[in-house]
Amino acid sequence: MRLSGNGLRCVRGGREVFSGLDVTAESGHAVAIVGPNGAGKTSLLRLLAGLLAMAGGSIGLEGGDPELTLPEQAHYLGHRDALKPALTVSENLSFWRNFLGGGKPGESDALAAVGLDRVAHLPAAYLSAGQRRRLSIARLLAVKRPVWLLDEPTSALDITGQAAFAAIMTGHLAGGGIILAATHTPLGIAVQELRIGGAA
Amino acid sequence: MTLIDLANPSRFLTLAGRILPWLVAVTALVLAIGLYQSAIAPDDYQQGATVKIMFIHVPNAWLSMFVWGVMSVAALGTLVWRHPLADVAAKTAAPIGAAFTFLALLTGSLWGRPMWGTYWEWDARLTSVLILFLMYLGLMALWRAVEDPSRAARAAAVLTLVGSVNIPIIKFSVDWWNTLHQPASVVRMGGSTLDRAFLIPLLVMAIGFTLLFLTLHIAAMRNEILRRRVRTLQMLQASKSAA
Amino acid sequence: MTALAALIRRDVRVALRVGGGALIGVLFFLIVVVLMPFAVGPDLALLKKLGPAILWLGALLASLLTLDRLFTADHEDGSLDLIVMGRTPLELACAAKALAHWLAVGLPLVAATPILGLLLNLDAIATGAVALTLLAGTPALTFTGMIGAALAVVLRRGGLLLSVLVLPLSIPVLIFGVAASNAAVSGPSPFGTPFSILCALSLASLVIGPFAAAASLRHGLD
Repeated sequence: MRLSGNGLRCVRGGREVFSGLDVTAESGHAVAIVGPNGAGKTSLLRLLAGLLAMAGGSIGLEGGDPELTLPEQAHYLGHRDALKPALTVSENLSFWRNFLGGGKPGESDALAAVGLDRVAHLPAAYLSAGQRRRLSIARLLAVKRPVWLLDEPTSALDITGQAAFAAIMTGHLAGGGIILAATHTPLGIAVQELRIGGAA
Repeated sequence: MTLIDLANPSRFLTLAGRILPWLVAVTALVLAIGLYQSAIAPDDYQQGATVKIMFIHVPNAWLSMFVWGVMSVAALGTLVWRHPLADVAAKTAAPIGAAFTFLALLTGSLWGRPMWGTYWEWDARLTSVLILFLMYLGLMALWRAVEDPSRAARAAAVLTLVGSVNIPIIKFSVDWWNTLHQPASVVRMGGSTLDRAFLIPLLVMAIGFTLLFLTLHIAAMRNEILRRRVRTLQMLQASKSAA
Repeated sequence: MTALAALIRRDVRVALRVGGGALIGVLFFLIVVVLMPFAVGPDLALLKKLGPAILWLGALLASLLTLDRLFTADHEDGSLDLIVMGRTPLELACAAKALAHWLAVGLPLVAATPILGLLLNLDAIATGAVALTLLAGTPALTFTGMIGAALAVVLRRGGLLLSVLVLPLSIPVLIFGVAASNAAVSGPSPFGTPFSILCALSLASLVIGPFAAAASLRHGLD
């Protein structure tokens, strides 16, 4: 599987964020998108996720499901955790598993992988920022998608959380997945760097 | 035992556990006596047996205002003295007060059916009670809208106190609005001096219902304290599992 | 199907839990209806005549004013991004969200109508007619209001702007809802005609609302 974007151009609020940007990611590889603030790291991920309109260029996923679009085969982990504080941890996760069409039933494995299985019955409102982030990571495990688009995935995580997430990402890559991550900090896995927005 | 000792929720719990069975017994006894006396009270020469609804209606109407008073004191406790039990008392009083107010409205409209020919008349008293009911519901909605009880407590305390200032103004305006539109033509309770045969059962019922409020309130406060402990323990569990 | 059922279940649950808006709608309805007699006077004959109109206005305001969080809440916590990316067509997801909102807010309004009818001195037939027209008409309010709720995400402004956008759209529903209720009570015209038109408006909004909302969400994401 191979994700490629050619000559991507993004315009937001009348301002050109980037243009002529090429990005490729092969099955089993992770690409770290690095660059200064405002270079368009988040914009690039949202473009790939279909959440921003493309002003130019093309995006393709070779070897993916031809029936589905790239966003439908991708997970997007943004700055916001997409959790409802009033629902419990397991209700939050099972909603996303059902809505996104997860394969296997039962959230306990995914919750155990991020270390939240013991608080599954508690409202998400009681979680700390790091725990909320881990709960959104559990979503990536509960529903299988080949492409992961991650925006600052480790920002709220502590050292152990980052290590655990590195292991989760390694597992995804070993299964033939693709990761594109915008980040300022090392992810703890082998990555190809894609530098955008000039040298900083 | 002073008020300071009662401020300690644990001490309140032990005390509540000791008092409650007795309070339940006394309440049941007084209400039973009151109901019996109401049953044997003579019928009114004008209203017939319908007047007996008043033995339920008046205590509920009295409590609908009394409970707001209790909440106002609790609100002062929250805002001025930061008493740890004050917001528990205020929060748990609201649904009970709303229930009494609702019963006052219900019995009022049941009384109104034979008296006025309709279940509802925009009579000054009933209307004021209806507005009080809406204010209770608003207060309960406020408690429900905020997840953190201590933040909700301060907002609710302000609203309760604003309410206590406003209730007389509302009452006055409604009276004025009502007399403006409608010359007094309906049969009114309490216009004339009450006969002793009515007064005594009414007083007993009023005491009985006040005791009922006390019982329900202490039980509800106990539940709320326990509920908050569960919440604290759950939050502790959440933060522990992070470590 | 599971995806839509999950979405409906989640939205209803969130509305009913602490901080949710399900009961606020009914409370608002109650207060609007109670305010009316203070403006027009406690004349029971007059209130009886105005009753259907008052109930319809109250229900209209209650169901529209609770709509402004329909999409903005999901937009703020990032859920909307994932809903847009999902394999479920966005139109269906929007319809599911509106349906959940109607279940949590619209249906309680219909259920509260008999009690409010009592306050306005409506008889059983009139109350029944108003409840029936509200049952048929509130989906139209929710599904047209949804378009405004979607625009509120795009424009990053909710509240009053939403009402300004949506209230004109709801005029036909109001006309036929009140007309049908009045026809059942007094009117020389039959109940069936305005009621059928009301149902038609609801069915049309079930189709138009989700498409318009989905279109504005798709183009408005940023």
